[in-house]
Amino acid sequence: MRQQLIVSGIGGQGVLFLTRVIAQTAVNREMPVLTAETHGMAQRGGTVLSTIKVGDFASPLIRTGQADVGLFLWEANLPVHRPLLQEEGQILINADGAGEGQRIDASGIARDLGSAVLANLVLLGLAIRQKVLFCSAEECETAIRQLTPIKFAELNMAAFHKGLHK
Amino acid sequence: MTDKNTQLLMGNEAIGLGLIEAGCQVAAAYPGTPSTEILQAVIDRADLAPEPLHIEWSVNEKIAFEVALAASYTGKRSVAVMKQVGLNVAADPFMRTAYLGVKGGMLTIVADDPGPHSSQNEQDTRLFCLQARVPVLDPVSPVEAKDLVSVGFELSEKYEVNVVLRPTTRICHSRQNVASRQPQRLGRVADFQKDPTRWAATPAFLPALHRKLNHHLANIASEPDLQPQLTPGDGSRPRLAMVASGIVYSHLVDLLEELELASCCDLYKVTMPYPLNPDFSRQLQTAYDRVLILEETYPVIELQIAHPGAAGKQSGAVPREGELTPDIVHQVLADFLDLSPPAGLSSERRGQRPSLCPGCPHRAAFFNIKASFPKGIFPSDIGCYTLGMNLGAVNTVHCMGACISQGVGFYHAYAQDGEVPPIVVTIGDSTFFHAGIPALINAVVQQARIIIVILDNATTAMTGGQPVPHMGIAAGGRPTRAVAIEPLVKASGVDFLEVCDPYDQEQFKALLQQADAYTRRPDGGVAVLISRHGCIMDRVVRSSQPSFKIGIDERCVGCRKCVEAFECPALAMDPVSGKAVVNQDRCIGCGVCIPVCPVHAIGKEKKV
Repeated sequence: MRQQLIVSGIGGQGVLFLTRVIAQTAVNREMPVLTAETHGMAQRGGTVLSTIKVGDFASPLIRTGQADVGLFLWEANLPVHRPLLQEEGQILINADGAGEGQRIDASGIARDLGSAVLANLVLLGLAIRQKVLFCSAEECETAIRQLTPIKFAELNMAAFHKGLHK
Repeated sequence: MTDKNTQLLMGNEAIGLGLIEAGCQVAAAYPGTPSTEILQAVIDRADLAPEPLHIEWSVNEKIAFEVALAASYTGKRSVAVMKQVGLNVAADPFMRTAYLGVKGGMLTIVADDPGPHSSQNEQDTRLFCLQARVPVLDPVSPVEAKDLVSVGFELSEKYEVNVVLRPTTRICHSRQNVASRQPQRLGRVADFQKDPTRWAATPAFLPALHRKLNHHLANIASEPDLQPQLTPGDGSRPRLAMVASGIVYSHLVDLLEELELASCCDLYKVTMPYPLNPDFSRQLQTAYDRVLILEETYPVIELQIAHPGAAGKQSGAVPREGELTPDIVHQVLADFLDLSPPAGLSSERRGQRPSLCPGCPHRAAFFNIKASFPKGIFPSDIGCYTLGMNLGAVNTVHCMGACISQGVGFYHAYAQDGEVPPIVVTIGDSTFFHAGIPALINAVVQQARIIIVILDNATTAMTGGQPVPHMGIAAGGRPTRAVAIEPLVKASGVDFLEVCDPYDQEQFKALLQQADAYTRRPDGGVAVLISRHGCIMDRVVRSSQPSFKIGIDERCVGCRKCVEAFECPALAMDPVSGKAVVNQDRCIGCGVCIPVCPVHAIGKEKKV
């Protein structure tokens, strides 16, 4: 099994946390995984990108046209990071209007839950519902619990389930 | 479920864990992207260390290096950690250490930033090592970066030399499954053997030390475990070879696999780019007609190999600037092997630029500096506040601490001709301690009439909030003596010193005017204004300041001042109405934008 994913957003949206949850599911399966992340100045509200490669890879970076799945937390990043996806690659977007890809108003749902930064896990829920990721809902739940301080665990789980169940 | 010894670790965390496992007892660093998380990982795992471990965020990289150096003199293992430009600051002790050597294993971990992603240049530490004559290791993955920590310590102790481990951004900030092992208990007791001919070597002793260094380097180049590793080709292209080091090697491996070219020709992985074994260079020259060399960022291997058929940065086959991404490696490989060129490369669009956070106290300071002195000259420095350029209040950004001295240079150049514009320097609190104090003394002594605004947000914000000397907290939260900024400023000979919360915009503007007047008085000089408000990323700061629900009413005329001149990311223009709107997801309710609006359309709706 090999899968190449991108997670695209802006600093402060929880791109890194979403990246870690997905990668952790691979570690839990004892599958090799590599990620590359954006740290430093771009994290101050600028465009950030993570790549995740699951399976037998050496490099964490993804070439143009090679990603299987793109999770977009910031719609305006589509023209910037879409070229990394294969032509038949799956796009999941946090967006409240119509347009390309599988869309969900993750920020709106997250706001109703009390915090816009939960949009990352709402989008992950959608990706699992659409069966485009290598991992299962149960594996994501385990990873979310592993990486979340106890006091935020239920809120994070609620966000994930909002995306997972229509 | 999972092997408990294998965790998902960032390269920097893997290196930090490797330091503890290898029995490192003194770890010193100054934060800087992409190196910062290394020392943080040591702090987070200090409980795993079976023996005492001193960890410090030093005031700058030179100090970090010198602290680690002397600890090594006692026979213990030590490390200094910094980013690539930090090595420039530490260059003085670093260069001399090459000649004098070390005792206990000493590593200098220098994280390079090809691209650059978050740096003022993309200099190559491996080339620095070539000029300093220091062995350097170049890992291809987070796992290998961790393994090379012990390898480096052993090499350092075998030859009594400082060894550099050089990860790049894509190693530092990549995560991978990383296995841990039992930390070593070395049982060392501090034992400094006094030897003035070495530790205090005068010129009389240096030729012999230099000779010994060169002798060691020749032996290190021949170390069996550090030789370039060959993956043989299938013989279809017998006179071609590829040589790669660092993360580019990994990009190449994946690319060859995906193109079904995995054994197309001999492939060498170089773990120690300097000193490179001269036998390796000779072998390449005799066995191959053409050699592709892939390395970041400067042609260090290429220079040493000196192969007439080299395809690399010197020859122009490989781009000389920027990160060697997998897409670029594909292009280079296609040229080298006469393959069909890759389809269109990824767009060069950069997406949204970074900005100061909503509620950032620096924004309040910069907006009012710019508004107070529209024709001012604004030297600034390295940190979050570099982003003050988005508000037009940062004109120069050079290197740590340069802004104050640049202010002096601007002052004297203008003063020679008569009229001097307001010169308002901005420097962060951590940067001030790092390199600002000697510059401040110089500014006073040179009688420069400039305003220096110290942006004190009580932390090293850009790199994630490392402690600063005036807060009385050391690495890992250990309480220590606080060294306040004000007495340092006073003792540097500054007679105009004021402190103000930049959220209090009227007071802040009034003090800027007073400072300007002081610089123009006959007996005036350097004026210092400390702009003091905690970093808004700090949860305690955020929860202890009032928060308002901010709204924009129908009075908005769409002038864009709040979006452009004030540049808060929580404010945007509604494309339909042409008026400004508040993004409530991002607004923290600080209310600093309220007086910015010329028609008073921004206001507090209600307290939340």
